[in-house]
Amino acid sequence: MAMITADNRGLRLATRYGVLALIALIFVFPLVFMVMSSLKPSQQLLQDSANLRAFLPVGDISLNNYADAFKRAPVATFVFNSVLVTGVTVILSLLVCSAAGFAFVFVDWTGRQTILAILLATLILPFETIAIPMLLMVAHLPWLGAEGVSWGWLNSYRVQIVPFIADGLTVFLFVQYFKDLPGELIEAARVEGASWGQIYRKVVMPLSGPILATAAILKFLVMYNQYLWPLMVTQEEGYRPVMVGLQYFFQLNVAWGEVMAYLSMITMPVLAFYLYLQKAFIASIASTGVKG
Amino acid sequence: MASRFTVSNRTGWLMAGPAVLLIAGFVVLPFFLAIFFSFTNQRLVSPNPTEFVGLANYRQLLGVATVTIEPVRDDAGQVVMKDGVPEYPTIRSLTRNNPDRPDLAGMREWFSFGSDGGAKTFILARDVVFMKAIVNTFIFVIVVAPVQAGLALGLALLINQRLRGINLFRAIYFMPVVVSIVVVSLLWRLIYDGQSGLLNNLLGAISFGLIPPVDWLGNPSTALGAIIGMSIWQAVGFHMVIWLSGLQTISPTLYEAAAIEGASKWQVFRYITWPGLRNTAVLILIVITMQAFGLFAQIDVMTNGGPLDSTQTIVFQAIERGYGKQDISGGSAISVILFVIVLSISLLQRWLTREKN
Repeated sequence: MAMITADNRGLRLATRYGVLALIALIFVFPLVFMVMSSLKPSQQLLQDSANLRAFLPVGDISLNNYADAFKRAPVATFVFNSVLVTGVTVILSLLVCSAAGFAFVFVDWTGRQTILAILLATLILPFETIAIPMLLMVAHLPWLGAEGVSWGWLNSYRVQIVPFIADGLTVFLFVQYFKDLPGELIEAARVEGASWGQIYRKVVMPLSGPILATAAILKFLVMYNQYLWPLMVTQEEGYRPVMVGLQYFFQLNVAWGEVMAYLSMITMPVLAFYLYLQKAFIASIASTGVKG
Repeated sequence: MASRFTVSNRTGWLMAGPAVLLIAGFVVLPFFLAIFFSFTNQRLVSPNPTEFVGLANYRQLLGVATVTIEPVRDDAGQVVMKDGVPEYPTIRSLTRNNPDRPDLAGMREWFSFGSDGGAKTFILARDVVFMKAIVNTFIFVIVVAPVQAGLALGLALLINQRLRGINLFRAIYFMPVVVSIVVVSLLWRLIYDGQSGLLNNLLGAISFGLIPPVDWLGNPSTALGAIIGMSIWQAVGFHMVIWLSGLQTISPTLYEAAAIEGASKWQVFRYITWPGLRNTAVLILIVITMQAFGLFAQIDVMTNGGPLDSTQTIVFQAIERGYGKQDISGGSAISVILFVIVLSISLLQRWLTREKN
């Protein structure tokens, strides 16, 4: 760190860090408040939020709220559901969208320009505008399961996964990335008689680490934080994800301590994951903006 | 069937097929279904067959009318005063079973204006709540888009300096973006609390008690503002990062040249940074606008549209009808209206920000 001396430079530097730190405070205080509150009994929590004690682990500190949260709601089920739905969707999305990106960039086939244009046009459709008709649609879709054909997708994992596997943005990100790969590599592989499948697996995918990370992170954030859709399509608690599970804490008397414990449990792993991979997270958001 | 294709055609369709089919089925099809349902009386579950109703859903949502009414006068032609204010015929007398104005049947007062004692103009709407939702959504977008884009640019410029540990600050500013908006909304519900909320206590402390506590979410005049503030807090890091990536595409040689020429900080920003950010600016404006029109989770968690419909939004109305009341046709019509608004605005923004040669 720079030495703060009497001269102007040191003072300017200190001011800069001061401003940066003050702004940082604005962005972290609710999160600190959340974690500290999760350790306090509900009554103390509300009293403490009247002063700076809200940000300190003082008073009657315990993990009781966490234990109580587990008693109040099937927390483990919600977490399991979220992890399953998010994980499966991310993996399938990477497979399906990267294959599509490959086909749009490297393979010549009739209709690809038109179809790519249509896929890009879907980017201006906000999900909120299609959620309602999609609700009716999924209520009547068939599914071929082990017990034969059944109708209606409500209250299932597939209703939370299948609609989100492919989306215009992810395909678009792969297309942009593949366009910048050296085309000669693919041509050379073709000349040597490699099949398209081999080129995809052995030439293109090994070069696609950054874009796979980007697409995975973006999908992860969208899926884990889903709220509106699972709220509408899962009435049974067995299929509900963490965000919808919050409703269990808002019956007659809101026990804020338990709420804070639950919020901390579903948020801290994501934040830790983010802080660990922060460069990749930020790069992935940035990449959605470079070529718009 | 496959033999019809050449090798590359088959590969192309095979590899793009899954994504194309899924997007066709779960994005494009629902979109056309929304348009279709909006002309019917479709419900989520109904014993009756679906019928076409033409534009009825749209008329029900968007019907507005104006009426100008004179105050009530007594036989001598004097304005009748009631509790010190001129009395007007009730709106209900016009909108309920009035054979003279069948077009106003079922409408309710939205707002009114006019001079004291003279004629007063009433704006009636068939669906007052939806009108409020449209107005609130537009207020939200019109405030959030420039403020959030501007603050994000400020943060990006701040973060773009060469300082030790700057990445740590970047990571912190971005943190709320990875937290679910549902979680964020709940936290802020406590922060905004009328009695023991952190915000009231903070404002009270820095003003030495001069600022009285406000029930931020319970007061119709502050609720939408509170939601706007929180939404900006949550999303500003996202757009900061997009500005940053725009800043980093500007060639450093331009800055070096400016330094040699002795340009001031403002000149550097005005003539190098800002022109270099043009495309980024257009993108950010469009992205923020589109995201802002989707305002839903904050409302659902924090206010449920209240108090007094002061935080109703278009999407909240669409969900409340389509899901809450199982009125798929009404929800679909709202979705189509939202889509038309978003499309027109993004076309307008593109046109306004087009490259002028």
